[in-house]
Amino acid sequence: MQVHTFDVVVVGGGGAGLRAAIAAAETGGNAVGLVSKVYPMRSHTVAAEGGAAAVTRGDDSLQSHFDDTVAGGDWLAEQGVVDYFVRHAHAELVQMERWGCPWSRQASGDVQVRRFGGMKTERTWFAADKTGFHMLHTLYQTSLKYPQIQRFDEYFVLDLLVEDNQACGVIALEISSGELHLLRAKSVIMATGGAGRLFRFNTNGGIVTGDGMAIAYRRGVALRDMEFVQYHPTGLPGSGILITEASRGEGGVLTNKDGYRYLQDYGLGPETPLGEPQNKYMELGPRDKLSQAFWHEQQAGRTGKHGDSDVVYLDLRHLGEAYLQERLPFICELAKAYVNVDPAKSPIPIRPAVHYTMGGIETNADCETSIRGLFAAGECASVGLHGANRLGSNSLTELLVFGHLAGKKAMQRALGDSPCKDGAESIRQLGSQWQERLESMMRGGEPGRPRWPELKAELLKVMEEGCGIYRDEAGLTQALQSIRGLRERYERVQLGDQSQIYNTDLLHCLELGCSLDVAEATCLAALQRRESRGAHQRLDDSCQQRNDQQYLKHSQVFYQGAAPARLEWQDVDTHLSAPGERHYGSKGSGLKGSGAEGSDGGQHA
Amino acid sequence: MRSIQVLRYLPEESPQPFLQSFQVPVTDSTSVLDALNYIKESLDPTLSFRWSCRMAICGSCGVMVNGIPKLGCKDFLRNYPNDLIIEPLAHLPVERDLVVNMDSFLRHLEAVKPYLIEGKNAADSSQPNRQTPAQMARYQQFANCINCGLCYAACPQFGLNPEFTGPAAIALAHRYNLDSRDSGKAQRMAPLNSKNGVWSCTFVGFCSEVCPKGVDPAAAVNQGKVESAKSMLIQLFSGRAIGGAGQ
Ligand SMILES: Cc1cc2nc3c(=O)[nH]c(=O)nc-3n(C[C@H](O)[C@H](O)[C@H](O)COP(=O)(O)OP(=O)(O)OC[C@H]3O[C@@H](n4cnc5c(N)ncnc54)[C@H](O)[C@@H]3O)c2cc1C
Ligand code: SF4
Ligand code: FES
Repeated sequence: MQVHTFDVVVVGGGGAGLRAAIAAAETGGNAVGLVSKVYPMRSHTVAAEGGAAAVTRGDDSLQSHFDDTVAGGDWLAEQGVVDYFVRHAHAELVQMERWGCPWSRQASGDVQVRRFGGMKTERTWFAADKTGFHMLHTLYQTSLKYPQIQRFDEYFVLDLLVEDNQACGVIALEISSGELHLLRAKSVIMATGGAGRLFRFNTNGGIVTGDGMAIAYRRGVALRDMEFVQYHPTGLPGSGILITEASRGEGGVLTNKDGYRYLQDYGLGPETPLGEPQNKYMELGPRDKLSQAFWHEQQAGRTGKHGDSDVVYLDLRHLGEAYLQERLPFICELAKAYVNVDPAKSPIPIRPAVHYTMGGIETNADCETSIRGLFAAGECASVGLHGANRLGSNSLTELLVFGHLAGKKAMQRALGDSPCKDGAESIRQLGSQWQERLESMMRGGEPGRPRWPELKAELLKVMEEGCGIYRDEAGLTQALQSIRGLRERYERVQLGDQSQIYNTDLLHCLELGCSLDVAEATCLAALQRRESRGAHQRLDDSCQQRNDQQYLKHSQVFYQGAAPARLEWQDVDTHLSAPGERHYGSKGSGLKGSGAEGSDGGQHA
Repeated sequence: MRSIQVLRYLPEESPQPFLQSFQVPVTDSTSVLDALNYIKESLDPTLSFRWSCRMAICGSCGVMVNGIPKLGCKDFLRNYPNDLIIEPLAHLPVERDLVVNMDSFLRHLEAVKPYLIEGKNAADSSQPNRQTPAQMARYQQFANCINCGLCYAACPQFGLNPEFTGPAAIALAHRYNLDSRDSGKAQRMAPLNSKNGVWSCTFVGFCSEVCPKGVDPAAAVNQGKVESAKSMLIQLFSGRAIGGAGQ
């Protein structure tokens, strides 16, 4: 096994990982390892379309961004973290501009901001409808300026090296050769993205399988708030490919099969006139409400059909061909290619799809986990920004704000005294443990051992049926039991490919192992949270409302090996804004969290 | 169901590539990538290929479809009523099955200093630069490259000379050269002026035809030639050696 030594190792080459690597390099030291199972520009940040939020206009305020985020998260966000976030958001987007990101502009040459669901004011920076693509490429290209950053592209991280509760490196599989490598470091940053691929209909890339979450979780770090899974209301039927929320920000409307703008029936009205979208009303309500409205329309038989999917329609026709080409060119391309619809001529069939994992690896406000020297940032992390529901365009900014912070803090840790020893013995042990594990998966030809495709198909089915937009006790109990059964069967999984070079059968199998562990945490937390809050909606009688008395708490799930995972509750930081009600549409105007007005207005201004 | 053929290469078993046929289910929206995934999950777990986004933006899934470079996720079986043969991207060393080695591609991209190089007079770094939509429009198309490598598989010159900087890298250099915020053109011109730079191109133009993102790298190469000629002339008149040429 080859051993490499770094100050900091970053796992993940998406927006969060690249931002962290650059920040680490700028903080000092001389060796940052950046490991990714795909080339950095393939990371799923590339698919983000809509934009990144930061208070920008004179008529906007930090307080307002704070309030939107906290209310949007149904008061389950860590308020100190949100406060830090809104204060640092703008500088990060400016930094991206200075690195060349082609943000869309006004005629004056100033950066343009657009409307986004759940945000009171226009504050979303965008680069046409390819914001994530441009951010990711800008970061990847900028990272080339730093010779200290050494990349390990197409290396699959398997596990952490932990000594006395201190992270001392990672073990990774070199995909092109099948060889194991140990990357030693004094701190490690997980930036491995979300876990949307636990579900069948999702907007995520095939690689978004929760690996980093599982890796940290197996080493004892809590997965926090995993029950909160965001559905995006507008995915393409079949593939789940995302049609950005910006298409509604630009004025697109949602109709049912009768051409009726049904959102007005779900507390999001009154109907806004065509071509005059209004923040927080109708189509610009928050995602959870929109996805839930779809479910009700579906139950009522008012959805249409596309192939075998139930769908509603996103109508953009009134925006006209030229405007669509300027503002939403990618959407036009996607609709044409994947559902054969020209949005200038016909409405696009859409349906909700799993989009974002609010929960993740628990960290403190400095992005550090309960293992010293182990940090996490981006979608894999739960730093506490999103609470029970993420607002669109907060997460691209999160990658920057917390990627930066994690990189800086991790390097500072690495430059201080490190308890990591030379570690020869623990490295040898970790290496042989994984060698054995991989060999046993490879050993073919034994009857009765399952392969990953069948287990994966079951996982997707279980999650869809038991842990979807609406949940209940019976469904979740069943789902949890099924997942535990799948985890047991996975113990005996066997590969259909025994080769060393680019064994993608092995990679998919390892990913599935991660997904199963994460799925157990998700189902357990969803079962135990007997209330409805944000993206977590329960249909059982006593659970349909938010219940602050019992559940104004984060869930934390702890891994127990082969035994069932264990759940604990953790207090939420609400010191800046006491829980209020979440209102959108006409009910929402002027309403804020009860504490918001009372809290020091100048603090966020 | 219909039949498709895939060029297999399993270096641990045999040095010889071979064609293998598979029967896959099709609907109107089945992509080449869907077909490959079906094969992997249901027919032959040993088939290897790259993919992730399945929405034509991550650039992972380039393959040759009936001899033309395509993104597997954006090319549909409905377009091929007859024979359908899927092979790895041309001109890049094959690692296994449809997986090619992207090292040289990345090396070329990274060699052109594809990042903003600010001049000495750059404004206070806490403020964004201004850039009008017209200034953006000059480079925007060249900033849309997803690094899929299809243009390299299409480029006969790259096929002959893997040291040729190639279409996407030249387009990327051009993207920064055209950016009103950038002052790094002089640094980028040296590799472009060299014999493996823009002058290697014989203007076949196939690169732009296959590009799935309308980047038009051929236009960048052509404009690059004009720039290169200018910069070499300037260097001649200023009495300096021609950057890189003849190296
Ligand atoms: C279609 C879509 C559109 C979106 N639009 C928006 C938007 O408009 N605005 C917004 O704010 N947010 C948006 N989001 C959310 C946002 O894009 C994501 O939350 C964010 O990009 C995640 O970035 P990340 O860096 O955390 O992870 P990713 O970009 O997913 O990167 C994860 C990295 O980890 C690596 N990795 C994972 N596992 C391993 C392993 N085992 N070994 C080695 N490496 C590993 C991967 O290779 C990859 O490099 C969107 C999301 C989707 C899916
Ligand atoms: S220029 Fe076009 S074909 Fe070439 S790598 Fe970029 S996107 Fe692909
Ligand atoms: S899978 Fe991403 S471009 Fe095809």
